[in-house]
Amino acid sequence: MNTYATRTRNARPEPFAVQVGLGERLGLAHMDWPLTIAAVALIAFSVFTLGAATQNDIPGQPHYYLERQAIYAGLGVVGMFLLTRVDYSRFRELRVGIYTFLCASVSLVFVFGFAARGSRRAFELPFFSFQPSELGKLLLVLALAGFVIDGARRGSAVQRTVRYLCLGLAPAALVFLQPDLGTSLVYVVATLAVMYFGGVPWTHFAVIGGALVALVAVVLVVAPAAGFPLLKGYQEERLTSFLHPHEHEGGAGYQQNQSKVAIGSGQLAGRGDKATQTRLDFVPERHTDFIFAVIGERYGFMGAAFVLSLYALLFWRALRITTLSKNAYGTLVAGGIAVALLFQTFVNIGMNLGIMPITGIPLPLMSYGGSSVVATFLAIGVLQSINVQAHLSQRGRFAW
Amino acid sequence: MFARNDHLPQGSRLSLRVAVVGGVGVVLFAILFFRLWNLQILSGDKYLAEAKNNRTREFKVIAPRGDILDRNGEVLVDNRTSLALQLNAQKLPVDPVEERTELARLGSLAHMNLHKVRRAIAKGEEVAAGAPVTLRQDVGFDLIAYVEENQDEFPGVSVQRIFVRHYPDGTRAAHVLGSVGEINEEELKEARYKNLEPGDEIGQAGAEYSYDRYLRGRPGLTRIQVNALGQPTPGGQLVSKPPTPGNSLKLTIDGDVQAAGEAALAAQGLPGAFISMNIDNGQILAMGSNPTFDPTELTPPMSQQQVNELYRDPVAAPLVNRATEGAYPTGSVFKIITALAALENGVITPDQVVQDNGRIMVGNEPFQNAGGVAHGPVEMRRALQVSSDVYFYLLGFDMWKTNDLQEWAHKMGIGRPAGLDLPEEGETLLPSKAWHEQFVKEGLALEDRPWSAGDNVQLATGQGDLQTNPLQMAIAYAALGNGGKIVTPHVGLEVEDAAGRVLKEFEFKPRRKFHINPGYRTAILEGLHAAAQEGEGTAAGVFGSFPIPIAGKTGTAERRGHADQSWFAALSPYPNPRIVTVATVEEGGFGAEAAAPAVLDLLEAIYKKQASGVSSAGGAE
Repeated sequence: MNTYATRTRNARPEPFAVQVGLGERLGLAHMDWPLTIAAVALIAFSVFTLGAATQNDIPGQPHYYLERQAIYAGLGVVGMFLLTRVDYSRFRELRVGIYTFLCASVSLVFVFGFAARGSRRAFELPFFSFQPSELGKLLLVLALAGFVIDGARRGSAVQRTVRYLCLGLAPAALVFLQPDLGTSLVYVVATLAVMYFGGVPWTHFAVIGGALVALVAVVLVVAPAAGFPLLKGYQEERLTSFLHPHEHEGGAGYQQNQSKVAIGSGQLAGRGDKATQTRLDFVPERHTDFIFAVIGERYGFMGAAFVLSLYALLFWRALRITTLSKNAYGTLVAGGIAVALLFQTFVNIGMNLGIMPITGIPLPLMSYGGSSVVATFLAIGVLQSINVQAHLSQRGRFAW
Repeated sequence: MFARNDHLPQGSRLSLRVAVVGGVGVVLFAILFFRLWNLQILSGDKYLAEAKNNRTREFKVIAPRGDILDRNGEVLVDNRTSLALQLNAQKLPVDPVEERTELARLGSLAHMNLHKVRRAIAKGEEVAAGAPVTLRQDVGFDLIAYVEENQDEFPGVSVQRIFVRHYPDGTRAAHVLGSVGEINEEELKEARYKNLEPGDEIGQAGAEYSYDRYLRGRPGLTRIQVNALGQPTPGGQLVSKPPTPGNSLKLTIDGDVQAAGEAALAAQGLPGAFISMNIDNGQILAMGSNPTFDPTELTPPMSQQQVNELYRDPVAAPLVNRATEGAYPTGSVFKIITALAALENGVITPDQVVQDNGRIMVGNEPFQNAGGVAHGPVEMRRALQVSSDVYFYLLGFDMWKTNDLQEWAHKMGIGRPAGLDLPEEGETLLPSKAWHEQFVKEGLALEDRPWSAGDNVQLATGQGDLQTNPLQMAIAYAALGNGGKIVTPHVGLEVEDAAGRVLKEFEFKPRRKFHINPGYRTAILEGLHAAAQEGEGTAAGVFGSFPIPIAGKTGTAERRGHADQSWFAALSPYPNPRIVTVATVEEGGFGAEAAAPAVLDLLEAIYKKQASGVSSAGGAE
């Protein structure tokens, strides 16, 4: 029997007078460095690209986007390091509060939010606008993972599945109504990912999958045919135009076509400052949703493939952390974050490449936008925390 | 505190789930990599071309067409600038209702109804798909200001400065000058238009057509870099190539003579034509056809009334150049050919006397002089002076079994292309035994009978199936005058650049030469001189007091279904002619009645100029 009051798994005696370095105090020693490097490299690339591509966007302020994105990057990195030091397990205890805050914040935009292009998604704060649904992605994963762990023994398997679904879909529905279709899809995917790592049976996923197919059919085909369109016209057009790009060259397909032309024209080495598609407004939203087209055109296949590799690295490290976690909560949180990142990356880049519909999902760590950048860094901070905790628990040490 | 969550995946169950997600991730990233490779490496060239095409807009700068001048440098055609209301159909609203409203609004500006606007667009698309359609030319500044102020209401509408052909003297020399028009789809495929684009203007008729390559300028090009909205971007002017204006064309036409000829014909009020040509080099001094047209009216949009008048009237047919496209019997004007053929083939000598009793019988068919007058004993000169038909009937009869008359007529250019440098040259016909037999064989003749003496007798006096025009008669008379040279008739003199420097002089070599016995030539010219200006000469009443000696022949052609057609052909000055002048007036009656006065007006214009010392007309060169 050991006499030390310890929560370590392998009850190895804790020697006295252990020298703890600054790195360990800050959690740096046990961070997942490839993950950190991938994230920082991506945001650096983002700042670099924005600086080059948006010089003429705002007259008289050639560095408008560059400066702001750099500030958001700084805030995000600081946030990531802070979270690294925090034991993520506390979020499990705070799940109800987190969930309440999530639902409240995404609801309050209906009241206090400002409208941009017919959609209320963000609060206008003195220095920047805050879009709660971006942070909400992380909050949803943290809260839902807590509910899954907590409710694991209550009710039947079906009841549990339904309960998780309801918990996940409620904020997703609120976001959908803003309306922000893309982000609500991320919520749904994150919900399913947490459930998946939480052990919901394969059969349930089969049923959910079937229901999703039926839902898509109803939304896109049956409801409009019956005269009750559920999607706004532009939403439906965006979602379906990629299937037949030539029909919509003037409308929604135009953006994607121009994006494809931009990326294709980059060829192997890119066009650098000779880029025209993304410099002369042919590609819309080039600093946000279509930033990958900018990379493709300016830096060519070499640049775009490099960025893509960074995302692959990011995803691999995130997924790896699910297996290292000291507890099931960490596994669920890491899994949810990893899948949400993968989903956003694939949908956004796929949209730029013309193989996915236009859903308005920003590219994590690349698209311009404070809420998205900071929220993504916070999510990576949570991943780091899980990694650090895993190492500490194996080493038999607490974090300070 | 930690609940043991049995159902939570652990160990190998968790590994499986992680592996599945990892596998999905690998597949998704592979898709992205492959797609990226496909777009950038495999199809990169295509997209790069598309991107380059995307960011530039080329604006064609229209080049003005060269002027057309008469031989003295007087302007016959130049350009004026006009503001045209143009519509780019591709920029119209997609929504049919909006499109309709815009077109209706536009129509009210252009004084067109909706239907007409749509038709104009459809027609424009047919001619040159993608090129802007001109709805109305010569719009006023108030309208331009209105369109520009309300640009959002009129997407695709622009006002463009264009060059429009300007004819300072209206209808003068219209048939020679021809017209211009937008190139059409078939013409675009032709080799002579190989560098042209839809919307370009080319010569469609007359000298505008023949000398198009000199008159046509080369359009300039401004290529600018634009953004997605089509707005020019700063510093984005990439290429600017100024347009090269077309060169000027100087014609052999003398504007004053031309005007005189047209006035003379117009005064008659009947359809007709005239031509005046230098007999040594084939330069046409004047050529015209009545009724005529104003080339300005050929510039779209044309009113229905204009279309009807210009294109749909088979009788007046104002667009037809009767001097070169007409097909008429000539009457006695033809007799010089019969005379030459008979003399050269030894059928008769100039002094051989023939008894003219007013009529002869050929087979069962009587042939008589005009009015049945008997001229008594006539030799060649007298026969030409009084225009004895019987004399020439007999010559025709003597040559009916041989092909001599046809051979000489053919030599002198009757019934064959003259090689005129204008696209308008009509079909003509020289009747012969071979032609007649072919004609009968094909079942086209009214009666199935062999070539007869009567046919040749008819031809000898320019009657029967003969179909020719003033141009061919002018060439035949010129050959008589110059001693056997068939000139190439032409209106093109030289090409000048904008500064008046001669870039190219056109040289038209004679098409062929043959020998004419000088004695015969003199005899015929004497007869013609007597006909025109001596005593009982058929045209002495017209030219008797004309100070310049001339040789001329009247003609009164019988045309089926028409009143007699009046002809006159003159060589001047006699006895060493330099200029041939031919006129004809449909249904003008006797040669001396209508055509001869027209020729007199032309000659007066030609020699008045010479007398006043103005270098001109080639007559005194």
